[in-house]
Amino acid sequence: MADIAIRAVRKSYGKNPTLHGIDLSFASGEFVVILGPSGCGKSTLLRMIAGLEEITSGEIAINGKVVNRLEPRERGCAMVFQNYALYPHMTVAGNIGYALKVAGVPKTERLRRIEETAKIVGLSDYLDRKPAALSGGQRQRVAMARAIIREPNVFLFDEPLSNLDAKLRVTMRAEIRKLHQRLQATSIFVTHDQVEAMTLADKLVVMNKGVVEQVGQPLDIYHRPASIFVASFIGSPAMNLFDATVDVENAYLAFGGTKMSINNGHAVRLGSRQITVGIRPEQCVVAPDGVSIKVDFIEELGSGRIIHSELNGYPFAASVDEHLRVRPGDRVTLKLPLAHMHLFDKETGRRIEIDLEPRGTGSFSSQPALQAV
Amino acid sequence: MDKRAAFRSWWLPSLFALPQIILILLFFYWPAVAVLRWAFTLEPPFGGAAEFVGLANFQEVFADPLYWNSVGVSLAFALCGTLATIFIGLVLALAVDRQLPGSAPFRFLYILPYAIAGPAAGMAFRFILSPERGLMASVNAAFPDFWNPAKYGSHALILVIVVFAWKWAGYTFIFLLAGLQSVPRSLIEAAAMDGCGPIRRAVDIQIPLLAPTLFFLLVIMMTEGFVGADTYGIVARTTDGGPNHGTDVMVYRIVEEAFRGLNYSGASAQSLVLIGLIMIFTFIQFRFIERQVHYK
Repeated sequence: MADIAIRAVRKSYGKNPTLHGIDLSFASGEFVVILGPSGCGKSTLLRMIAGLEEITSGEIAINGKVVNRLEPRERGCAMVFQNYALYPHMTVAGNIGYALKVAGVPKTERLRRIEETAKIVGLSDYLDRKPAALSGGQRQRVAMARAIIREPNVFLFDEPLSNLDAKLRVTMRAEIRKLHQRLQATSIFVTHDQVEAMTLADKLVVMNKGVVEQVGQPLDIYHRPASIFVASFIGSPAMNLFDATVDVENAYLAFGGTKMSINNGHAVRLGSRQITVGIRPEQCVVAPDGVSIKVDFIEELGSGRIIHSELNGYPFAASVDEHLRVRPGDRVTLKLPLAHMHLFDKETGRRIEIDLEPRGTGSFSSQPALQAV
Repeated sequence: MDKRAAFRSWWLPSLFALPQIILILLFFYWPAVAVLRWAFTLEPPFGGAAEFVGLANFQEVFADPLYWNSVGVSLAFALCGTLATIFIGLVLALAVDRQLPGSAPFRFLYILPYAIAGPAAGMAFRFILSPERGLMASVNAAFPDFWNPAKYGSHALILVIVVFAWKWAGYTFIFLLAGLQSVPRSLIEAAAMDGCGPIRRAVDIQIPLLAPTLFFLLVIMMTEGFVGADTYGIVARTTDGGPNHGTDVMVYRIVEEAFRGLNYSGASAQSLVLIGLIMIFTFIQFRFIERQVHYK
């Protein structure tokens, strides 16, 4: 159990800055997911917490103690690596118990704890095998066991699921979550997979190009993305984004070849700046009136389908009901509810905090919209 | 896709292969066959008809206590030389592999000795470790005869082993560094997270994973120590096999017998025995040591 504070942390390799001043704090026992595209610096940040990477400036404190100059072993962190980093010449038991061996734990005690830990991750029958004789999922479990046995203050996960097949990934995701509930250790999980991020996180940190774009609970981030980047990165299929202009005098919003009337006050507040509007595919509703689009192709998901098309040159996707009879080439009319429009300043990329229409009660308001069909 | 070049005539490809074939015949098969023939005949030192003597040459060699002395010296030289070379190369490679700031030039520097001919290094070390003027002179001043390779066979043997290790450590260094760099960085990091310092990491993780490279070097360096051109060159330039046959390694003895003693037959017999020894050693290494090696 430990809280972590990251203050104005920067990292550069030679002259190339990769992290531009990160400020974050994680509460004890929290499950934090750091999400971002490859090269955004998320792994670097994790490795700096672990002590595997030098901190160029700023400081990182674990449990109130600045750890900048401490060796990895002195920080009380355990890490699960992307490629598992199992010692190929040691058995599973040897791998799991290695940290204890280094720490000088007596053999009987060590064996007891190895067995205990192996049981937690379901590896009791494999203790004598070498990693090469294990499947991907089992290797993953060994890597986890190796971290668990140390009873660390902080668990660090560096994209641990990205080498697994899709099905196993879902299972392991659930196991990691269960494990966290059981151990309650502060966990930091780095991934580029937004589904992993949404499902695992207590607190989600979205990073891009070495800066933190947004920090918050997953649902808050989904519903109120703080920037164009976050809006396009979170959610699948990605949010539809259009360049838009505001006509202040006549109070309407023009984008993608359509005009939408908006509240006078909002129009004034928006002013005549360049903005980007976004709407999630799952908030577009098939309705008698609205924008008309021609279906280019359809993605079947089983539980629903996504129609892809174009709106005035912008790619446009909409999730529709599985019962909707539609084929490529058909025209569909979609209502884009004002309540679910996200507005961003095109220049800065930041969110403009204006709700064009109240969203109704509760965090999810797609239900009533669907009923309207 | 078939990348082989197709020749329509037989003489053109033969022509291309000819220089290589001539070289091999001239410098490998001819001498090898000659050695084989000489070993079983009595070759007159100044030419003339040779006489078949069966195993008499071998009997003579085995009956000579100085020959057995040289087998012992060779064994000591090859074993100590190999171990010293690999150990030094390993320590240097481990140090460079840490990639601490400023370590880049050393990668180049440590390889350099390998580019220097063994006999030249031997000459240099004769001066560097000379008992009267070299590095050990001040020690000798305090403890007379603490170091005197001109007087003691054991000191002379140490001297040639030092020269051998000095030169060949650069060679093992290249291989070991390459081997270390193929050990995934994340393994080292995992060990660091598990609480290991650099030395523990080297012993527990890196060296076991280097086993294939270490084994390869063991075989190569043992062979080099027994029959390498450098072994002869270093001994010839540094100690001349002395004092009192203290550094009379087998290759040195063979060359001396053949070209100074003009005993071609005896030298040839010794060569065959040496080849046999190398084969036995390599066999032992593969049979008993390779089993302990984990290939990935």
